[in-house]
Amino acid sequence: MSLDPITLSVIQSGLQQVCDEMDLSFSRAAFSPVIAEANDRSDGIYSAEDGSLIAQGAGGLPVFVGTMQASTRTLIAMIAEGRVPAPVPGDIYIVNDPYLGGTHLMDVRFAMPFYRDGEIFCWLSNTGHWPDTGGAVPGGFSASATSVEQEGLRLPPVRLFKKGVLDQEIYSIICSNIRVSEQRIGDVKAQAAALLVGEKRLGRILDRYGDDVVRDAIAELRRRAAEQMRANIRLIPDGVYHSRAYVDSDGVVDEPLEIRLAITARDGELSFDFSGSSKPCMGPMNSVLATTLSSVYLAMRHIFPDVPISAGAFEPLKVKTPQGTFLDAHYPRPVSGCAAEVSQRIAEAVFAALVEALPDRVTAAPAGSSGNFALGGHDPDRNRDFVMYQISGGGYGGNSDHDGLSNGCSTIGISKAPPVEIMEQQFPVLYHRYALREGSGGAGKHRGGFGLDYEIELRRGHATASFVMDHGRFGPQGALGGKDGTPNTVTVYQDGKAIVPAHLSKAQDIPLKPGDRVRVGTPGGGGYGDPLERDPEAVAQDVRLGRYTVGEARDLFAVVLLPDGTVSVAPTAGLREQASRAASYGATAV
Amino acid sequence: MSVSTRAVPPLNAGDEAGSPDLPERQSLVAGIDVGGTFTDLVLFDAGKREVRLAKTPTTLDNQAFGVLNALHSAGADLAALDLIVHGTTTTTNAVLERNLCKTGLVTTQGFRDVLELGRRTRPHAYGMKGHFVPVIPRNLRLEVPERFDADGCELVPLDEEALRAALKALLDQGCEALVIHFLHAYANPAHEIRAGEIAAEVWPNENITLGHALLSESREFERGVTAAINASVQPLLRRYVERLADQLAQEGFRHDVLVMNGNGGMVSARRVAIEAAKTVMSGPASGVMAAATTGRRAGIPDLLTYDMGGTSTDVALIRNAEPAVSNEIEIEYAMPIHVPMVDVRTVGAGGGSIARVTEAGLLQVGPESAGSTPGPICYGRGGVRPTISDANLLLGRMNPEKLNSVSGEVSLADIEAIFAEKLGVPLGVDAIEAAAAVLRIANTRMADAVRMVSVSLGEDPRDFALFAFGGAGPLHATAIARELGVPRVLVPARPGITNALGCVVADLRHDFVNTVNKPLEVLDIETVHALFDQQSAEGRALIGKENVRIDELKEIRSVDMQFIGQTHLLRVPLETARPSLEDLQRLFEDAYFSRFHVELPEIKASLVNVNTSVVGRREEIDLSLLIDPHGRKASLEEARTGMRRVWFDGFRETPVYWRDHLPLDAEIEGPAIVEQMDTTIVIEPGDRGVQDGDGNIIITLAANAWGDDA
Repeated sequence: MSLDPITLSVIQSGLQQVCDEMDLSFSRAAFSPVIAEANDRSDGIYSAEDGSLIAQGAGGLPVFVGTMQASTRTLIAMIAEGRVPAPVPGDIYIVNDPYLGGTHLMDVRFAMPFYRDGEIFCWLSNTGHWPDTGGAVPGGFSASATSVEQEGLRLPPVRLFKKGVLDQEIYSIICSNIRVSEQRIGDVKAQAAALLVGEKRLGRILDRYGDDVVRDAIAELRRRAAEQMRANIRLIPDGVYHSRAYVDSDGVVDEPLEIRLAITARDGELSFDFSGSSKPCMGPMNSVLATTLSSVYLAMRHIFPDVPISAGAFEPLKVKTPQGTFLDAHYPRPVSGCAAEVSQRIAEAVFAALVEALPDRVTAAPAGSSGNFALGGHDPDRNRDFVMYQISGGGYGGNSDHDGLSNGCSTIGISKAPPVEIMEQQFPVLYHRYALREGSGGAGKHRGGFGLDYEIELRRGHATASFVMDHGRFGPQGALGGKDGTPNTVTVYQDGKAIVPAHLSKAQDIPLKPGDRVRVGTPGGGGYGDPLERDPEAVAQDVRLGRYTVGEARDLFAVVLLPDGTVSVAPTAGLREQASRAASYGATAV
Repeated sequence: MSVSTRAVPPLNAGDEAGSPDLPERQSLVAGIDVGGTFTDLVLFDAGKREVRLAKTPTTLDNQAFGVLNALHSAGADLAALDLIVHGTTTTTNAVLERNLCKTGLVTTQGFRDVLELGRRTRPHAYGMKGHFVPVIPRNLRLEVPERFDADGCELVPLDEEALRAALKALLDQGCEALVIHFLHAYANPAHEIRAGEIAAEVWPNENITLGHALLSESREFERGVTAAINASVQPLLRRYVERLADQLAQEGFRHDVLVMNGNGGMVSARRVAIEAAKTVMSGPASGVMAAATTGRRAGIPDLLTYDMGGTSTDVALIRNAEPAVSNEIEIEYAMPIHVPMVDVRTVGAGGGSIARVTEAGLLQVGPESAGSTPGPICYGRGGVRPTISDANLLLGRMNPEKLNSVSGEVSLADIEAIFAEKLGVPLGVDAIEAAAAVLRIANTRMADAVRMVSVSLGEDPRDFALFAFGGAGPLHATAIARELGVPRVLVPARPGITNALGCVVADLRHDFVNTVNKPLEVLDIETVHALFDQQSAEGRALIGKENVRIDELKEIRSVDMQFIGQTHLLRVPLETARPSLEDLQRLFEDAYFSRFHVELPEIKASLVNVNTSVVGRREEIDLSLLIDPHGRKASLEEARTGMRRVWFDGFRETPVYWRDHLPLDAEIEGPAIVEQMDTTIVIEPGDRGVQDGDGNIIITLAANAWGDDA
């Protein structure tokens, strides 16, 4: 193989371009706001042999970084085994079965073989989050489902398009099982059209450079991506790194789920061992294997963002199948929480394990929850039923460069939250506040970012409130001496009482009447480094901006402020010395 | 959703009708653009049929000095000047450097953190180290009780006492500018207007921005940031234009100065500060306006503009001589300015982009940039990493003899040695091949980026010509066009002063957007007609106030539509102000199909926005004067300055021409190099450049890189 590195770079850029155009086409034409606005979708090119990832759009949702290849790989295997009919040109498969290389049911995958001279050269696949796929609750995020059937319609791989024509019979089965089905045709057509855009662009690249050259380039790029990832991994001293992370509960049984992670770094490879993590759970906080793998990949990509997404980049990351744990769930375990929440705990475990080895690259734990609050009910003024989703961000972890970002997006997402004004236009609710959650950032030399504090009132009709959030029991972990961020809180105010859900961050179908309010505080990010090392001026600035109180400045950072808000230098020095002496005797700092 | 039918709000007082001394013809016109390094001037004298150009260093502390220097250097008689049109980066720099005036915000109780919380994002999809500084710090963001709901019904009356207390607190803290930004003010601005009246009583200056005044659309973060940016640059811009106008008047200038806006239009210096946010992206916009005018005159009205300088590369799309405009520009992470502006996208770092070999052994160009300091190696300012500019020198595309005049300290051999060591060794090639590889990768990446801009605007790049400008644009344009499958490249007469030319040719322009947001099924079409009439009347009134001669008044109408349930909008141009509902449905379906190749007869359409741009076209400027006709030689041979070795898949002896000497009807077969003061043009082997009557060189490509003509 004698491909020059210049041609390789050019072909790499060309393949990337194909995927980026698929991403763009899908988002722009989609109906589902989750796809169109939140970019909860991904498009890519996968090998004909085993579905391994060749290239994937840069704008895809991070959680799909590894699931798309798993899904395509499973489909190819099922075709080979005769469990799924083989394709002819123009066929497009649809599948959303979580156990076949997926996430949750709402993430619907399309896969289309790409032909050259009558042979499958590769596959083009995409995933889009549909607003609903049936099941017990609108939107699919049931906090208390105990089997996948309660979560929605599960589609095995079937050819939704046959020779380029939509199979109306299959489509009618889908439409009869999902909510707001009349708009789904827009998403189906957008999702298929994106694959056709990819087909056209990829064809041109092959015409220009030749099939054999591109095939060789793909193999060489894969080899080189693996090398690049290995070179990065060598920055981590060989050894074993341990961490733990906790999901509050599965939504059904009120006990924390534990992730135990041991990462072994050796010779440019990382092995991830989740042995000892909690057993599969009753409620929907199970993860399927594809999502577990993908969560590891996306965490590593957050740490090494320069390595292009390809199967090669994943090669040096060896994940031992976490058999018998909730991170390797099988039918019929409910899984709706895996993409939005469990994935983020897995990423947090990876960050926590590696932050000491890579203190310049890894941050303290981010809020790491999608903050799903669903309100479904009836609006009498408009005489219609509604389902509203409020997603929310939280504080990011402090890091070597900066304090953590406030109200950052979930670790596995890139989607914007909707504006308050749009929510109030569409739903019978009134926001009383949408504010920075003061004091929530974990203390540290670089403190965590702040969470969000919002409060919503139901104005008319009736509704039920459901929550799928996390970090209600424990805050996001601090690192290198930093303190944890403040945990998530949910409070429902009705009949003069303040009600806290039994599972803190998860609850289903709490009935609301007009005038009832829901207040949510999202987690602050973990602090980074010893809070006693934080620049007292930065602490004074935070107090001046109302982010912490004078008392918090003293208790968390050992900084004494004068009545005019400036630092009282000598008492601060004294307090800090006392605090660090106490800490070195093993007592709690300050 | 309610139909917003506000009148143009009384933003600020002091808006008198124009002075009466409007000359018959505005024959002596100066366009002055202040860039990061240079202040460029184009002086058009229609009477003498003459153009004078000047390039003087930008004076960062007070850009007015540079402006005056430029005028002096061109020998302009200020008393005789009829019009000065000015593009300034005062506000751009202030925002990017957060060098803003102390500004206070008064907002709805419970919502003061909207400007800091944003929309829950992070700067990059991968990497969790985000960082963000809000425009207004938290201690200067105060809340007052007041509330409307989304239908514009009052839920909580405005607490005027609390408002007065908040204003006092902000003044006590030393705020110079004020933003009043209330939730749902787009639906009902009554509280903002009332609060504005109260503020006007106590605020010691005119720097008061009402949130709904610039942008009357929902989305509190975007509207609030737009207003906050406006307020926090307003005093700076006001002081700057006042000082400039004073200084010009002292030197005898008798008329109004006009200032460029980001929408590609211009507005009187007397009024520009009211909507100061609109000037933030004005520099790139005026370059695109010059491209549109040049293309229209050349009979090539569909253009992709490619503006490559030392530190950035900008791309825009022009269809039928109208630049694409966006209401949703983000000037950097989480800094949206949602007013209509020419949609200019920065796609790369320019000539200073650094090339390196990755751990994977692949050559990568950018995104890292050497910037202007230290800059490329060839600048001789201590740069030691290979850049695109250095590659152009090694390959003879730029004149190596110029190297010494630039730096003095660095030799070609030095550059070659660095290329050999940093790129050649790891790639297994020599320095020249490494440099060629740098150009190939850079051009491929740039072409991909241009393509994404085009595709995201729903256009196939092959339907356009590439308009190359900026110092480095014409060096790369044919290679990029070949990658894109674009058949032609247009290099204007003066690629290095396009922004200043944009000032000279710019129109008066006012844009209006009203949100209707109704399904066609229930839409009263009369509402739409009334909005078009109202927008037109407002625009005409505003243009009537300017002291500028107008040749033609043009109205550009469109609607933004979507299928019910979608969130993205598709802009549908309209020929008439009296469309029927059937017209709207049909035009939208056609536009949707041509964009997405999807038909959705199953779903109904909805009309979201009604838009009008009222454009006052100025007298045509004769662009053929940009290159002095007297300097042109009689034959191509006489315009040739020599031969040099230039790399085109191997070195070739290549003729070099001096642009100003080219005969007007010159036809140049590639390979050829055309040099001029402000740029170098590369015409590749097989390509053919023809000069037109305005002095543009139009290069027709022999073939595209894809070996087809599809």
